[in-house]
Amino acid sequence: MEFEPKLIGFLCKWCSSAGADLAGVSRKSYPPNLVPITVNCSGRIDVSQIVKAFKDGADGVLVSGCHPGDCHYTSGNYKTWRRVALLKHVLDDFGLDPDRVRLEWISATEGEKFAQTVEDFTAEIKELGPGPFRDVKK
Amino acid sequence: MTESKISIDPITRLEGHGKIEIFLDDDGKPEDAVLQVPELRGFEKFSQGRKAEEMPRITERICGVCPEAHHFASTKALDGAFSATPPQTALDLRELLYNSYIFADHLLHLFYLGGPDFLVEDGKKAERNIVGVINSLGEETGKKVINARRLGHEAIEIIGGHQIHPVTGVPGGLSQGITSDEKEQLISIGESVVDFARETLDLFREKVINTEKFGSLLDNPEYSLNTYYMGLVDSQENVSFYDGDLKIVDPGGEEFLKTSTSKAMELLEERVEPWTYVKFPYLKEVGWKDFRAGENSGVFRVGPLARLNVAEKMKTGLAQEEYERYVNHFDGTPVHQTYAYHWARLIEMVQAAERINELASKEGITGNNLRSPVKEPGEGVGVIEAARGTLIHGYSLDGEGLVESSNMIVPTTSNSAALSMSIKRAALDSLEDGMSDEQVLNQVEMGFRPYDPCLACATHSVDGGLDIGLNVYNSEGELIKEIER
Amino acid sequence: MSKNKKKIGAYWASSCGGCDVALLGLHERILELLDFAEIAFWPAATDFKYDDLKGYGNNELDVTFFNGGIRTTENAEIAELLREKSKLLVAYGSCAHQGGIPGLANMSGKNELFDTVYKEIPTTNNPDGIIPQESIKKDGLTLNLPGLQERVRSLDRVVDVDYTVPGCPPPPELTEDFLELLINGELPEKGSVIAGSKTVCEECSREWNKESIDAFHRPQEVDIDPDKCLLDQGIICMGPVTRSGCDSSCPEVNMPCKGCFGPPSKVEDQGMEMLNSLASVLQVGEEGQALEQEKELLSNLPDPIGTFYTFSLSNSIFGGKVSEGGEND
Ligand code: SF4
Ligand code: SF4
Ligand code: SF4
Ligand code: FES
Repeated sequence: MEFEPKLIGFLCKWCSSAGADLAGVSRKSYPPNLVPITVNCSGRIDVSQIVKAFKDGADGVLVSGCHPGDCHYTSGNYKTWRRVALLKHVLDDFGLDPDRVRLEWISATEGEKFAQTVEDFTAEIKELGPGPFRDVKK
Repeated sequence: MTESKISIDPITRLEGHGKIEIFLDDDGKPEDAVLQVPELRGFEKFSQGRKAEEMPRITERICGVCPEAHHFASTKALDGAFSATPPQTALDLRELLYNSYIFADHLLHLFYLGGPDFLVEDGKKAERNIVGVINSLGEETGKKVINARRLGHEAIEIIGGHQIHPVTGVPGGLSQGITSDEKEQLISIGESVVDFARETLDLFREKVINTEKFGSLLDNPEYSLNTYYMGLVDSQENVSFYDGDLKIVDPGGEEFLKTSTSKAMELLEERVEPWTYVKFPYLKEVGWKDFRAGENSGVFRVGPLARLNVAEKMKTGLAQEEYERYVNHFDGTPVHQTYAYHWARLIEMVQAAERINELASKEGITGNNLRSPVKEPGEGVGVIEAARGTLIHGYSLDGEGLVESSNMIVPTTSNSAALSMSIKRAALDSLEDGMSDEQVLNQVEMGFRPYDPCLACATHSVDGGLDIGLNVYNSEGELIKEIER
Repeated sequence: MSKNKKKIGAYWASSCGGCDVALLGLHERILELLDFAEIAFWPAATDFKYDDLKGYGNNELDVTFFNGGIRTTENAEIAELLREKSKLLVAYGSCAHQGGIPGLANMSGKNELFDTVYKEIPTTNNPDGIIPQESIKKDGLTLNLPGLQERVRSLDRVVDVDYTVPGCPPPPELTEDFLELLINGELPEKGSVIAGSKTVCEECSREWNKESIDAFHRPQEVDIDPDKCLLDQGIICMGPVTRSGCDSSCPEVNMPCKGCFGPPSKVEDQGMEMLNSLASVLQVGEEGQALEQEKELLSNLPDPIGTFYTFSLSNSIFGGKVSEGGEND
């Protein structure tokens, strides 16, 4: 059976989550692999939530927020950027492929971009294969 | 030793951190005994990739009994690896902290751990601890002992930031110096510990050294091992703890070699046995000739006895006086009597106390030039005399100052071959004499206590009284006796 | 008299012994302790047999101080036995609390550990590649050693823990606090960590401006200002994500905090929390430019695991190395 990646998406409510809704409403087709979780602002995402998603069996994690300059809380997305950069550095050291984490800026009007991102990410993770904790029941 | 057949058959059961196995021959006579050390933590492995400057704080977690030794062996290895010679004030403070550690650690052994064997009259097991010592020496003396140990730890904390696991050692110096208030405190500590040392000498002369019980152990040829000895000496051939040249004497007491400490790793090799996690170092040039003493066997000893054997004298007055009595008693060095470790330790405790006193009032001790700039990272070896003997840390660093590889040779490991032999001697003798279980254990424990073995370094155990277990097998390989404490 | 005395146990598993020394560090207090408690099991300081321990009834020990992490099969067995025999089981010190420094071994498997120690180290002369065995025949007889488990685990990952006294080792005042609470019957709710409730930063006397950092420095590379926050000077200090209770003793002597007290309440993963925290103080620039700075910053941040998880790797979310496509806990 072909490997179907399990992806978690942390989407900020003001931009990316709306973008995802738009993709849904306009019936853009994209793979069903991503489980979206809406957060107030990408700046609220604690990196340990991302790590936990992996520990719980995710194969990839998408973090998506407003475009630089557009964050509803001014600079939450810059902070996210730093967090994800630091996280990737640490994940690499842990032995987990940093490409399993992807950061994107998607606005409320970019339904298309959202669909495309999910499609690309799904394909990329398929390539990488199952995440390290995939079949461990916790 | 016969060939080892390896069978993978994991057996789990309750046992201590050190175990002795004894084998009887066809006639039920003891034939062999081995000491097993059942733990490994693997610091050499997980040091790899770490930032060099973290090593003093990582490696001291090898041992909470002598963290100061690991901390500064490590810091010295970094001084070498970064080609940064510390300023004089930093060196003096390090040495001051270091002597406080030697003082407190030797005190711990003399009064809490090994000493009770002799200080507590007809030592019952339950009484052979500090409480028993206080009961038998009186509360006043007991309080002095506890107080002196506390003073040693206070001095460590003033300079090192913590009583256990100091943190101030950095490549090329110390992260922080002392204030003039702290200097006053250290001076008063220095005076008190010298007083304590003087009283301790009198006490031990009366209660231990000159007693028949200790004397007969001290002079019993059965408890003598004519090995090589290794230790640091200063430029005047004095016993030295913090720094010096590495010197080795042969069993006849002749200088075998003397070299700069940077060569330390090249002098040794370590043998692996499949039945214990501890390795057995030996002198590379002489080679491994099984568990044997003598000129032709690379087995060597470290620690107080060894240091007094490699040096020609002590560095300070009171210690030198006692040293002369010691040398007279044995008609000169080398002293091969294993029980002489205790006496040598006492002499060293006195030197450490006197050094604290000297250094605390040294000019420039409150200076604030504490760190020399570091240069390109490379390789470094740090050698220091831990209370239990020569401790060697060797690192090689990459261009970024990360640890590529590290090697730590610790005193209890260095003594482990000799320790095994002493234990075997004691076990075999006591079993042959048909002693009771309790007596056998006592005998065996007394056989290893002189070394003050710290299996935390090799592995574990605070009191040198490892959770000892003793198994006796008959010639059929059946377990016929199991003694545990 | 001894009827009303509390029975106290202490045990060290895979540890350095420093925690036992810390208990001895109570100095005179240890004598006071003996007025209301008797030591019923403490291999490091008194002579008790494992058989004595096995002979105790369930919950017969009032409180047991357990130090050291769980490395060997034997450590795990004794942890279980002590749990059964103790009313209160206290994780004492960083190793029992969070795996401690020996937990860094979790970045390698046990065979790699063996290979390094017994084969690769240059002073080791081992032409036959001998590795200690859990069971081996010597002269026809079988000798056993406890096996090493694949990973170091903190005590709470093996058995239920009632209280934690953190630190490497715990400062004597905290141990005294715990004992006082115990004697007075005032212990807080189960699961509590007996230490401060803030972070090390909040106790630290350095001036902390939460300045933004544009470069990380290693302590030996710079002159450290003794009055300013270390993090503000670009030196990684774990103070913001470490529980208070040590009087910020490392920053007080000009050394960064390494996090030995573990994270404050509610923080599960100390290292990850540090990333969150650092991300707030890193300099934020324009989009394109920031990317470049970011790379430069990170290139100056070697060994992130050793840096952010010095004491807590073992009970971090991952617990140690993960391997892509391999077996993971
Ligand atoms: S917590 Fe620290 S002092 Fe205690 S055993 Fe572990 S390494 Fe040693
Ligand atoms: S980061 Fe370190 S130096 Fe700065 S305030 Fe916190 S504990 Fe103090
Ligand atoms: S400052 Fe940090 S590392 Fe130092 S003792 Fe306190 S908690 Fe531990
Ligand atoms: S609100 Fe969207 S990233 Fe901050």
